[in-house]
Amino acid sequence: MMNIQEALGLYRTMVRIRVFEEKLFFLFSTRAMPGSMHQYDGQEAVAAGVCARLAPEDYVSSTHRGHGHCIAKGADLKAVMAEMFAKSTGCCRGMGGSMHIADFSIGMLGANGIVAGGIPLAVGAAWSAQYQRNGRVAVAFFGDGAANEGVFHESLNLAAVWRLPVLFVCENNQYGFSTHYRRVTAVEDIAVRAAAYAMPGQVVDGMDAEAVYEAAGQAVARARRGEGPSLLECKTYRFRGHSRFEPGRYRKPEELEHWKERDPLASWRRRLAGQWRVPEEELAALEAAAAQEIEEAVAFSESSPEPQPGDHLRYIYAN
Amino acid sequence: MQTKIVGALRQALIEEMEADRSVVLIGQDIGVFGGAYRVTEGLLEMFGEERVRDAPISEAAIIGAAVGAAMTGLRPVVEIQFNDFIACGMDQLCNQAAKIRFMMGGQVSVPLVLRAPYGATGRAAQHSQSLEAWFMHTPGLKVVMPSTPYDAKGLLKSAIHDGNPVVFLEHKLLYGGASPGGKAKTAVDGLGAAYRPAPDEEYRVPLGLAEVKREGTDVTVVATGLMVHKALAAAAALEPEGISVEVLDPRTLAPLDRTAILRSVTRTGRAVVASEDVSTCGFGSEVAALLADQAIFFLQSPVKRVCVPDTPIPFAPALEREVIPQVEDIIAAVREVMEASA
Repeated sequence: MMNIQEALGLYRTMVRIRVFEEKLFFLFSTRAMPGSMHQYDGQEAVAAGVCARLAPEDYVSSTHRGHGHCIAKGADLKAVMAEMFAKSTGCCRGMGGSMHIADFSIGMLGANGIVAGGIPLAVGAAWSAQYQRNGRVAVAFFGDGAANEGVFHESLNLAAVWRLPVLFVCENNQYGFSTHYRRVTAVEDIAVRAAAYAMPGQVVDGMDAEAVYEAAGQAVARARRGEGPSLLECKTYRFRGHSRFEPGRYRKPEELEHWKERDPLASWRRRLAGQWRVPEEELAALEAAAAQEIEEAVAFSESSPEPQPGDHLRYIYAN
Repeated sequence: MQTKIVGALRQALIEEMEADRSVVLIGQDIGVFGGAYRVTEGLLEMFGEERVRDAPISEAAIIGAAVGAAMTGLRPVVEIQFNDFIACGMDQLCNQAAKIRFMMGGQVSVPLVLRAPYGATGRAAQHSQSLEAWFMHTPGLKVVMPSTPYDAKGLLKSAIHDGNPVVFLEHKLLYGGASPGGKAKTAVDGLGAAYRPAPDEEYRVPLGLAEVKREGTDVTVVATGLMVHKALAAAAALEPEGISVEVLDPRTLAPLDRTAILRSVTRTGRAVVASEDVSTCGFGSEVAALLADQAIFFLQSPVKRVCVPDTPIPFAPALEREVIPQVEDIIAAVREVMEASA
């Protein structure tokens, strides 16, 4: 059973992600930002619940929908926001943007523009941790679409054979771009694929931060004990379209409403106020602090310099 | 002293693994079996399973795991059994390994070596290719192609020390050892001093530095890998005719030692490029473009490419021989550029 500090920590992480995404939506709508982006609203409980179980030196690999993982893992919001603005103060110096958002100082191996591309990177980081006996674990976040890529299967097999300290977290948000996962996936629950690789697989309510937190806690502990990898499938939903250029009209309004009724932030807020008796003023103050932090990150980004011509040449090769 | 490339590569791995515990090997059949071309023979016994890891037949996971490990403190040396199989892990090599440092704005480096045999030895279209141009076409990768035991050892040691992903391509006929199945298919007998042995002492050959393998004054043959030796044979055959051929071995294809190529060709005024990849957008195309761009007024005749025409490698031995550049093809190309400027 989690204590009140853990419960508030989960809420704070989810609020920071939500406010960040809402601000981005506004900024993109006003064309203040270049490029496109894939937003995480609706899935906050997954990143918050899993990353709350990780230490700063543990590793995370992410997806094209990576803002939430980056924030939950503890990245500096100013540097993340500045990267969205393609500024030279961004965490990737304006070379990566939304789709490659990364802060290696907190173990973030990067968001990734290739579906399933980040999964073996986490396996490799876990291999490194096992070899160096430094007690670290790695988490690979990926979506339901990635579970149909070959490298997903290769990675689970390799991790199981070598008993690597890695946690595979499938965020089944129901859709790969426009295509519902049931139309293109042979199993109802992606978690059952764990059996093919002799590792525990578990379906988790991805809209419930506590359920994710508990499941991730067990899987991370198992990995740290040297007992090998696990697969968690978190059933969740993205509240917006696949990316900024499309609003998700392939989804029925009542389906969206059904999932929005299960908004992980709203339900967690009710539990904080009820079960843990957190005063309304304290919750409001937490939310206001997150909003303030985002505003400061935006101000920092807007006042930051653009990359200089030729800056990209500095990052192609080391040395 | 190592008189064969297979031994020189093994020696480089042993030296680097002894010097640095973060150097680890991963690949298919590299441990118990000792590698399809015997490069890692005996290393499992020397360094144990933790450092010499037999992997499943999962090229994408192998390369991807090596990238993740390289980002987090290891220096993995990957063996892919044939360079053709890199296609199965191409995303991990070209979208991840090559770009992740760049996309992250320089926050990480990827000190990864990917070794793979290349070249035609009677195994048809999926085990015979020379794919160096694919990797040259991907900024973020370095590409190395040794032609002698001396270069092989010195270049592999440099590649392991490099902070970037290095694709290290080894011609099967230059290993000097047995091939899978134990059949000794090799082109190293009779190469003489040009197949320079690797001494036991510590040394490195820097990446990005070409070497003149034979000096000459009339025409420069820029040749890679096995073609270096075919070019040397062509040069020897042409000497009695009074044609003086310079053979330049880039050794590293990316970054390419453009300065050395320009220095040689602006002096000889004629150029032939000999490589085992296919013609279109190949290594020879890049050298020809370089010369057109920066040496056109020094050229006395057109640049000729000697390489595989745009075809998969056929199985029939006579047809394979027809498409793979031979000594006589290089001789003919040299005569052609000499006659064009006569």
